[in-house]
Amino acid sequence: MTLARHLGAALVIAVIVVLLSIQLSAYRDYQLAEVAAYLVAVAGLTVLIGLSGQISIGNGAFMAVGGYASALLLTHLGWNLVLILLASVVVAAAAGAIFGVAAARLRGPYLAGATLMLAVALPTVADQFQHQLGGDQGLSVAITPPGFLGGSFPPTRWQAWVTCAAALITLILLANLNRSRVGRSWRAVRDDEIAASLSGLNVARLKVLAFIISAACAGLGGALLAVVTGIVAPGAYTLTLSIALLTAAVLGGLGTLPGALWGSLVLVLVPTYLTNVGSSHGLSSAASSSVPIAAYGVILIVVMLVFPSGIQGGLRRLFGSATPMPPVLSRRRIPFTALRRPAPGRENQEEGPS
Amino acid sequence: MQEFLEFTLGGIATGMIYAAIALSLVLIWRGTRILNYSQGGMAMFTTYVAWLVIQHTGSYWAGFAVALAAGLVLGSVLEFAVVRPTENKAPLNAVIVTIGLLILLEGLAGIIYGGQYRSFPAAFSIKGLKAGSVGLGISPNDVFTAAAVLGAAVILALVFRYTSVGLRLRATAFAPAVARLLGVRIGRVLTLGWALAGLFGALAGVLVTSSTFLYPNSMDSIFVLGFTAAVIGGLDSPVGAVVGGIVLGVVLSYAGGYLGSNLVLVYGLAALVLVLMIRPTGLFSSGVTRRV
Repeated sequence: MTLARHLGAALVIAVIVVLLSIQLSAYRDYQLAEVAAYLVAVAGLTVLIGLSGQISIGNGAFMAVGGYASALLLTHLGWNLVLILLASVVVAAAAGAIFGVAAARLRGPYLAGATLMLAVALPTVADQFQHQLGGDQGLSVAITPPGFLGGSFPPTRWQAWVTCAAALITLILLANLNRSRVGRSWRAVRDDEIAASLSGLNVARLKVLAFIISAACAGLGGALLAVVTGIVAPGAYTLTLSIALLTAAVLGGLGTLPGALWGSLVLVLVPTYLTNVGSSHGLSSAASSSVPIAAYGVILIVVMLVFPSGIQGGLRRLFGSATPMPPVLSRRRIPFTALRRPAPGRENQEEGPS
Repeated sequence: MQEFLEFTLGGIATGMIYAAIALSLVLIWRGTRILNYSQGGMAMFTTYVAWLVIQHTGSYWAGFAVALAAGLVLGSVLEFAVVRPTENKAPLNAVIVTIGLLILLEGLAGIIYGGQYRSFPAAFSIKGLKAGSVGLGISPNDVFTAAAVLGAAVILALVFRYTSVGLRLRATAFAPAVARLLGVRIGRVLTLGWALAGLFGALAGVLVTSSTFLYPNSMDSIFVLGFTAAVIGGLDSPVGAVVGGIVLGVVLSYAGGYLGSNLVLVYGLAALVLVLMIRPTGLFSSGVTRRV
């Protein structure tokens, strides 16, 4: 039933996207493709944080893995696009698995720190392997529309189709996963690890699985973004990208797939706007390109402090949906409520009873 | 052999920087169980303040002092304005808020100062020291760096051990509920913890930037290595933080010296993952491990 409903919704959206992409200008098609590419990565991250309760600030690094994998496969082996995208997913998932096995033993602050380090460290690898990875210049990814569409078919429209198709497939898979046994188990682990473990769930395996899936999504997103922008270079995969993904997931509403869409839209449309606002107020180009970065910070702080359920949570409240928001961000964790405004303490936060 | 000596001493000197960052993380972690991801951003920001003061007054020491003061102020303001509201919420909120602070500070620095790389002066000569005819691989400035961090750490230890403020800090870290019942103003103590952390971060920023460049992301890699040092030290042990910093500095100095310096961050990541695999709570941690 669920699958049928998701497939039906996807079909409707696919038709809308095709019609829309024909109407839109080449630049808007390009932006549509960008949104879809980010959407894939943000959806993976929002599932990781909102459903499994783990946090990653390193998903930009997995995007880099996917992007470089697709560029290398295209240059050296010349595979067709679908194979390249699938292979990028596999490579990024493998990278996620290696890191995830180590990360599954870590909770909150340690995991975030380790993924933060991944995001900072990985771009330096491109410098080390100048010949294979092209150093600062990066590698180019040239994809042309297939011949049967005709020679005059706009490449941006083709890119929009490819990325939106990939995004839809990803979303269907994630939505089903969310409703499946695995999704329920993740929520159980997120809400109470000890109880989940006592109920017979393999907590470590579930956490690694969530991490691998989010890395795979990031890898696909990275490969799609490489196809759209035509280049992979270390400068595109900085810590700022990872935090931008986090911002999109948080702003949209953690754990919700529609929220990932709102977040990705903001991620593509707002930075350009803010940069223009900055330069029209007399900032230099370097300074105005920092305006969106500061805005990410403001968004992260304000959303977390004022409306932690994000845009999707707000929409749900507006339209009175009965589905409650994931409690991961709203719940009180500190038991000594008898005292007013309790301070978090060591014995009741990270360490539970042995 | 001489190489080995140079790498060791150079590693200790850089390790002291990691130790300062690690100490600032430990100070906040002990009090609030929050890992302050914005520590690198705070240090970068106060270093810009120092740079500005040095540009205007021409005095390194004026900039140095202003940076430390700015670190104190920034730490307490951020704790009070942004971090305290997350107190009663799930730990993930605090993580995300401090990440937001990091990117906000980096964005603001980019808006105010622009993105270009600026050089930052050193306090003392950066020419290599020699013992007889043997190069030691460190400069007088490195010696000053190590001495400054070590001195600050010793002062901190004395304050913790012998003053009533230190007693309150320790009591709050040890058992906040009991400390509150005994009349400790927990809120003020936590703000003080953040202020001290801001001070140590500012110290690290001013000291390290003379050997790198100053730009909005300049402290990112230093911060993650400082975090690694803090994890090696167990996150809640100040002594562990210093030891962790030195160990990491020396290990990375060998790795960078013998294997090539481009991948230092990757080696650091490997060290972090390795330590977390062996002892997920760090090598010096005294806390109880949560087992599932």
